[in-house]
Amino acid sequence: MAAALQTAAALMASSNLVVNSERFRFGSLLRSPAGRKGSVLVVKSDGRHSVSFNAGLRAGHLITNAVAAKSEASAKSTDSKPGHEVLLFEALREGLEEEMDRDPRVCIMGEDVGHYGGSYKVTKGLAEKYGDLRVLDTPIAENSFTGMGIGAAMTGLRPVVEGMNMGFLLLAFNQISNNCGMLHYTSGGQFTIPIVIRGPGGVGRQLGAEHSQRLESYFQSIPGLQMVACSTPYNAKGLMKAAIRSENPVVLFEHVLLYNLKERIPDKDYICCLEEAEMVRPGEQVTILTYSRMRYHVMQAAKTLVNKGYDPEVIDIRSLKPFDLYTIGNSVKKTHRVLIVEECMRTGGIGASLRAAIIDNFWDYLDAPIMCLSSQDVPTPYAGSLEDWTVVQPAQIVAAVEQLCQ
Amino acid sequence: MAAVRRLSLSSSAAPLRRLLILRPFSSSSADDQRVLTVETSLPFIGHKIDPPSRSVDTTPNELLSFFRDMSMMRRMEIAADSLYKAKLIRGFCHLYDGQEAVAVGMEAAITKRDAIITAYRDHCIYLGRGGSLVESFTELMGRRSGCSRGKGGSMHFYKKDSGFYGGHGIVGAQVPLGCGVAFAQKYSKDENVTFAMYGDGAANQGQLFEALNISALWDLPVILVCENNHYGMGTAEWRAAKSPAYYKRGDYVPGLKVDGMDAFAVKQACKFAKDYALKNGPLVLVQSYDFFEHYKMVLILEMDTYRYHGHSMSDPGSTYRTRDEISGVRQERDPIERIRKLILSHELATAAELKDIEKVVRKEVDEAIAQAKETPMPDPSELFTNVYVKGFGVEAFGADRKEVKAFLP
Repeated sequence: MAAALQTAAALMASSNLVVNSERFRFGSLLRSPAGRKGSVLVVKSDGRHSVSFNAGLRAGHLITNAVAAKSEASAKSTDSKPGHEVLLFEALREGLEEEMDRDPRVCIMGEDVGHYGGSYKVTKGLAEKYGDLRVLDTPIAENSFTGMGIGAAMTGLRPVVEGMNMGFLLLAFNQISNNCGMLHYTSGGQFTIPIVIRGPGGVGRQLGAEHSQRLESYFQSIPGLQMVACSTPYNAKGLMKAAIRSENPVVLFEHVLLYNLKERIPDKDYICCLEEAEMVRPGEQVTILTYSRMRYHVMQAAKTLVNKGYDPEVIDIRSLKPFDLYTIGNSVKKTHRVLIVEECMRTGGIGASLRAAIIDNFWDYLDAPIMCLSSQDVPTPYAGSLEDWTVVQPAQIVAAVEQLCQ
Repeated sequence: MAAVRRLSLSSSAAPLRRLLILRPFSSSSADDQRVLTVETSLPFIGHKIDPPSRSVDTTPNELLSFFRDMSMMRRMEIAADSLYKAKLIRGFCHLYDGQEAVAVGMEAAITKRDAIITAYRDHCIYLGRGGSLVESFTELMGRRSGCSRGKGGSMHFYKKDSGFYGGHGIVGAQVPLGCGVAFAQKYSKDENVTFAMYGDGAANQGQLFEALNISALWDLPVILVCENNHYGMGTAEWRAAKSPAYYKRGDYVPGLKVDGMDAFAVKQACKFAKDYALKNGPLVLVQSYDFFEHYKMVLILEMDTYRYHGHSMSDPGSTYRTRDEISGVRQERDPIERIRKLILSHELATAAELKDIEKVVRKEVDEAIAQAKETPMPDPSELFTNVYVKGFGVEAFGADRKEVKAFLP
């Protein structure tokens, strides 16, 4: 696991910044790099880490787990303080708030994020705390406010742009593809775009075709973009914080139906590595790769499968671009069978690319063809029963595993 | 002594000039500090704003530097034309000759801490922002030491340290970016402005009006500059816009129409606009907007200019306009000729000296081209650099993960 942390102080040391830190009068938070001694954290892929430092380390240290450790089974957790219970949207808000406290360059732009508090309450209370210049209510103009976020990011600000529903960001596709993804490359490295684009997507409860879109399949070819999908309060907060700290443009996919999940998360400062997958359930027999809402359908199917005597290994891939081929590869080498369960459509979805990546890299380790369960290639219907048929259901997952393991 | 007088550009040789107390430029450096007042050829036309005065202060130094800079831009564009035909520049090449006054006049009114963002006709703006000829030509030819390391090309010139944000290929997409840069300027409380430039073709883009709305709503220090060269590639402005008065299209946003072939008009307008955006100058809005408590606002400048070349090198430029029109503009409104006449009439230099300047410029351009031709192509490994930023981000891993080092605070 490579959990790399780069703090604001380290970022301020980079020469890419235009914003003058003194102007924010943020005091000790933005210490000048000259006062620090360098210290190096080397994190190896199995979680062992060694630290060599001279001075100036903060009192707490980083939690490097990919998965929230429950307080009873906290063998891997480096800190056994009990955490606090949050809902997923609150976890996202906590992540946002902590990053906004930490770095005055972080600002939020979106429709109804300010005074209204966010259509899914992710930004509730932030406008009162940080003011209208840092939590900006935009008019309904996705193309231009996404472009403005990117332009602001070019100067060193770190905007978090919210699409009220991911599907609305299709209007900003040009800005996201050409400017967000490519400006770092076409300027020969002069400009970085440390923007986070986030929003809920996916199939909800009878929201209709236009409000049930899965944009990860459209954005995945954009070079220069990073994509992550959160699925639990723990990784939602961790990924939000990591995305804001990242110098790359990151698209954070949330899901409309997951906002009210409850979980106990640590009180300490933690981040999740953006490029890393999460091991949900270790197993020996078959690898099930999934992300976002389908993780819960898979876990439901896993219960049935375990009762039937199967031993699935469930991995939440989390990083949609680039894929965490290390974790996935190790799993494939162990189980030799792969099932991908996704919410994207069959044509051109994340599953299609993942399948290709696994075949390219791990062909010799496969004992069976890779199966991919995706949503149907139809606009999402309004009727509840039809909508259920559009997405993958646990029963289909069970049947697929049984077929795979014959 | 400072001899201040008005010069009307329409008057050519007048015997009175011989009696002037002005001495030729070459004879004394004390004259360099002298303030001259020049009148713009056409008045400004305002939309919901009182236009600035037609009298512009300048110095001999500035006049000569205008001449030199514009000649360099002109020469660079013509050289790029030949290089394109020699297949050393490939792809798209959009040339700016004829429009140099906008680049040069704007630079004279602002600092390098103000930001400029423009579309794909960006070679001369890059030069104006401090870019060098060598970097331009190497980028055009796709060599490794180009301003974007050869990976951007003609449409992607950038210069971050002097506030030049490019260089954008998609029509109109740079305007929201420019408003974002202005937002960052307001956020950081620098007293700087952003000039977001676009053309008459882009003036019909929806995202422009979206960005204008947000900028006006949030009081952003942005100035939208429409370089109206009257043709959106092959389509004349009257065939593309129901209302070709682009300075009025902001509706609630004040606008100014400027003669874009007159570098001094451009300079005056940009200075006025910068003051306006930062709320430095007193102004009166023509209509009574009682509910506006603040006057600091966005401004639209329409630069009435002209391009001699076609839209790009693939466009001959003569299928949608007549050669007479092009040569007519060249004779009557050419920006370099205008400055030349000004210099000669103020007797700041002789015609021979100006010719010498042009020769020097030509030599510099030729040397830059020769140097650029020698520069090697980018290394193949450059294909994968700058896709992501290193550090707390991603390497495109293969199946085996590498160790990653990070720094703690």
